[in-house]
Amino acid sequence: MKILVCISHVPDTTSKINFANGDTEFDTNGVQFVINPNDEYALTRAIWFKEKQGATVTVVNVGGVDTEPTLRKALAIGADEAIRVNANPTDGMFVAKQLAEVVKNGGYDLVLAGKESLDYNGGMVPGMIAAFLGYDFINSCEGLEIEGTSVKGIRQIDGGKETISGKLPIVIGGQKGLVEEKDLRIPNMRGIMSARTKALTVLEPVDAVVATKAVKFEKPAAKSACKMVSPDNLDELINLLHNEAKVI
Amino acid sequence: MSVLIYAESAEGKLKKVALEIASYAKKVAESLGTTVTAVTVNAGDVSELGKYGVDKVLKVSNDKLNTFNAKAYADVIKQAAQKEGAKVVILSSSTDSSYAAPIVAVGLEAGFASNVVALPESTSPFVVKRNAFSNKAFNQTELTTEVKVIAVAKNSFGLSEASGAAVAEDFTPTLNDADFGLVVENVDKVSGKVTIADADIVVSGGRGLKGPENWKMLEDLADVLGAALACSKPVSDLGWRSHEEHVGQTGKPVASNLYIAVGISGAIQHIAGVNSSKVKVAINTDPEAPFFKVADYGIVGDAFQVVPQLVEKLKEFKAQNS
Repeated sequence: MKILVCISHVPDTTSKINFANGDTEFDTNGVQFVINPNDEYALTRAIWFKEKQGATVTVVNVGGVDTEPTLRKALAIGADEAIRVNANPTDGMFVAKQLAEVVKNGGYDLVLAGKESLDYNGGMVPGMIAAFLGYDFINSCEGLEIEGTSVKGIRQIDGGKETISGKLPIVIGGQKGLVEEKDLRIPNMRGIMSARTKALTVLEPVDAVVATKAVKFEKPAAKSACKMVSPDNLDELINLLHNEAKVI
Repeated sequence: MSVLIYAESAEGKLKKVALEIASYAKKVAESLGTTVTAVTVNAGDVSELGKYGVDKVLKVSNDKLNTFNAKAYADVIKQAAQKEGAKVVILSSSTDSSYAAPIVAVGLEAGFASNVVALPESTSPFVVKRNAFSNKAFNQTELTTEVKVIAVAKNSFGLSEASGAAVAEDFTPTLNDADFGLVVENVDKVSGKVTIADADIVVSGGRGLKGPENWKMLEDLADVLGAALACSKPVSDLGWRSHEEHVGQTGKPVASNLYIAVGISGAIQHIAGVNSSKVKVAINTDPEAPFFKVADYGIVGDAFQVVPQLVEKLKEFKAQNS
């Protein structure tokens, strides 16, 4: 089985978010970048398939040269090779088109991606890759088994989950549950050393429509101070929630 | 060239989010000088849509669509948009709509913006404000394609009634076998319980509760408020509660009217995931807990004393006010 894992290079979840150039772009100053957490669950599941069932794992990212350390980290965790599509990932549809091209040319059976990235939260890339290729697609996937070409996925739905069966090739929008938090791997020295010699291929982008552009960013308005209520005066809390906030 | 919405239903009944996006679409249609068409799938009575500004309903009835199927539903929405010549297609941000929306966008060669939190800043150019950076920022996005697909974030617009009635007509899109490559084998859904996605009130517990055996009082609090139960990431990682309840940046997002955080200090990732809730209450022993910085109301106190008392007082309050 040939697996492609799509990796987004995003600010660490603890990062303070600031903007530069008149609030038109994200300020990367002092920001630590990581593998998008949803993608890391997907990557870890891909490596599980590789170790338990036999598969090759390629990781891919659409981005500038500054994203290569994130790809090297994925290689250190256990991916076999990496591809970077050399383009600025400004629009989800543009990114999906690039990734669909990589899938088509590489003949991948299983395409894994996080269901959304934690920076732009577009939540569109996996579904669009599937739509461009005409592949089936399971989103919000929190469990995945592959047997030959048969696929069984668990999808999170509002208030529960459903079990879906299908066939390869398929695109998966993954999340926590694909593997558990404790299964995530920290690269060890051997992994880091071997990652240096694994192939990282740089591809130029294909022509594609840029359908959206981020015009401006803003931070939420500062909120008023928290009203403190004494633990001995819970009637006051109920009164505030009922008469002031009008939520109960 | 009307505005098209996909009005979701469950077991033949329209969902609240359907009425919310209808209200939103009505305003968009007014600024474009056009009308609102809704497409529904196996929904029974759709007349309510008229009250929220929908002029026309395309009713699709097909037994093959009884369980949600993103590819097939996307095909239905795409064909409805083409039939109506819709330039703007609006969906909700429910799990199902978020699943189908990107497929619709590719089908219509349309730009897509998700998590939209307000009416368009302008319609020419078409610019919408959306949540980004996991609720730590907003982002104005311009959609440059001729057709635009947007998904409106839950609870960001609300309902607004309009006068008028919707004309319903049957609509039979052409579905092909390729739409049905995936088969839903089994649905495991808690019935009779309010879900985090649908809940107006969410009660959430953190590590401050010391162990899974102490959750009874939170269940009582959720019961009296008709709330959904949630938990912080450490609680789900420790296995105290199922990860279905995990809310935060890597868990489920919460956009309720009221969010009550009990024994949750408020890590930046947790706050990012719940910050879209309108009113937040923090109950914590530590007055320095970061959650107090984002909460509207706070109680510095021991949850083991505060919560049971609060449950009793809420019961009295409910008895008087019902």
